[in-house]
Amino acid sequence: MLEFAQETKAQLVRWMIHLRREPFNMAFNLLNPVILLIFMGGAFQGLAQDSVGGDYRAYLLPGVLALTVFGNSMAGGIPLLFDKENGFLLRLMSAPITRVSILVSRFLAININTSLQCLIILGLGFIFGIRIATGVGGVLTLMVIGLLLGFGVTVISLILAFILENHGDFFAILGISALPLSFLSSAFVPVDSLPVWMRLIAWVNPMTYTIDAMRSLILSGWHGSLLAQMAVALVLFDGAMLWFGAKVLRRHLA
Amino acid sequence: MSNAVIRIENLTKRYGLVTALDDISLEVERGTIFGLLGPNGAGKTTAVKILTTLARPDGGKIEVIGTDILKDPVRVRSLIGYVPQELTVDPYLTVQEHLRYYADLYHLSAVGKDSRIREVLGLVGLAGYENRRARYLSGGTKKKIDLACGLIHRPPLLFLDEPSLGLDVQARRDVWSYILRLKEQGTTSFLCTNYMDEAERLCDIVAIIEHGRIAVIGSPAQLRSQLKRDVISIEIASADEHQRKELEVLEKAVSQLRIVQGTVKNGTQLKVYVESNEIALPQILQSAASLSIPIRTITYSRPGLDEVFLHYTGHPFADERKIDA
Repeated sequence: MLEFAQETKAQLVRWMIHLRREPFNMAFNLLNPVILLIFMGGAFQGLAQDSVGGDYRAYLLPGVLALTVFGNSMAGGIPLLFDKENGFLLRLMSAPITRVSILVSRFLAININTSLQCLIILGLGFIFGIRIATGVGGVLTLMVIGLLLGFGVTVISLILAFILENHGDFFAILGISALPLSFLSSAFVPVDSLPVWMRLIAWVNPMTYTIDAMRSLILSGWHGSLLAQMAVALVLFDGAMLWFGAKVLRRHLA
Repeated sequence: MSNAVIRIENLTKRYGLVTALDDISLEVERGTIFGLLGPNGAGKTTAVKILTTLARPDGGKIEVIGTDILKDPVRVRSLIGYVPQELTVDPYLTVQEHLRYYADLYHLSAVGKDSRIREVLGLVGLAGYENRRARYLSGGTKKKIDLACGLIHRPPLLFLDEPSLGLDVQARRDVWSYILRLKEQGTTSFLCTNYMDEAERLCDIVAIIEHGRIAVIGSPAQLRSQLKRDVISIEIASADEHQRKELEVLEKAVSQLRIVQGTVKNGTQLKVYVESNEIALPQILQSAASLSIPIRTITYSRPGLDEVFLHYTGHPFADERKIDA
């Protein structure tokens, strides 16, 4: 157990050094959510105010948070793919480490990064006058929901890192996954206002339940039913991804 | 009791229809430098990947430091060092951070970790580079980081896949001297190379591998002496059409001589394999004079490993990346 902690910590420290020494990377990652919040929030404020029943930026905030979690988690496997391409990963595997430490350290690094970004976005929301209805407890719960969503998406990303042959394919998948999934959820507009076929997809999209629960915490207060729906949806999603990921990754990390 | 740190019996590895390693058996003695010599694609890296537990064999039995690699791969990993062919440094990390990283992956205790890092950095000539980021270092220095990382846990057995690939002359010599220093300290090295001079300079035992099969194993001296022949190299002034034709004529003429065992033409150079330099040299010079073919240089030597390769495989070594050192 001590050895597992030592090797996981060593790998996590490496990822944190990357984060510290490439601050522009995080800045660029933040660019999309910030643009959405400031510009899209501003542009549709007047138009959408009636249909969402209040401040559109506040309405948009949970969608932006979920999108940040999704984008970061989905991209989280890329450094491992680079490690695979340049031989670093193979060398790492020649050390007497538990293979799971590679995944755990990467998962922790992604989620530390994502949590920091979410806090920055919440801070930005605060500047625009958005107050979290559920207070500090709500902020902490938002973070936990982010982790729950991030877990399953990270597993998908790690699977892609191991099964894809080059990072070009990875970037292509990354580029086409985030935005459609956001539109097929309650990120920008209420699900009820979507066309029927989009609504059907939104109902099976875990992002929808994540965003609905986050939105209630930000706009109105604690809603047990929405939190329970989110918990069930994300536990099912995470469980399914973990089951599938374990099958695939066991082969690649033998 | 055998002194072998690696024991391979009937190792076979296939990738689809391609047989990468075909029924290989060999032993590596403790405290030696063992070289697997062969051209690109001969199966060297596949062999190292299997021995370092990074790939599974399709057949055969392999023991590394008395441990079956399939039964207890984790123990094997803890006992070996591995320096791959590619540079595997992380551009964001400093030299010291690399060493700390690998020290933790090999579970070194906190006590003595720093002193071991200093010791290894000193060994590979990286003292003073501790806080430099890998991104800003030369290829040779990066290779030294790779080597240092492979040594951090004092492995009794070190695997080096093409250790001097892509290095300049000085860095190459430095790496060689570190490998020899490790031998003095009792470390066994298993080295893959496609450089004849590297194998000749470093290795106690060389196995020549081609198409996944071991053609011959022995010390460089043994392999050379088994050939019982000398080499005469003839060089013409230029590679123009006329002179190339003359070289062809000369090749035909010397091939007729009874003392000549074989010839290999390469650009402006003709290698003639003979039983004895002393007898053959005047005869070859006489042939050239009678044909009025101008020779720029003519040298003779004992055979090198390239001649050994030619002898055992039937064709010259495809050494496209040969560098002068």
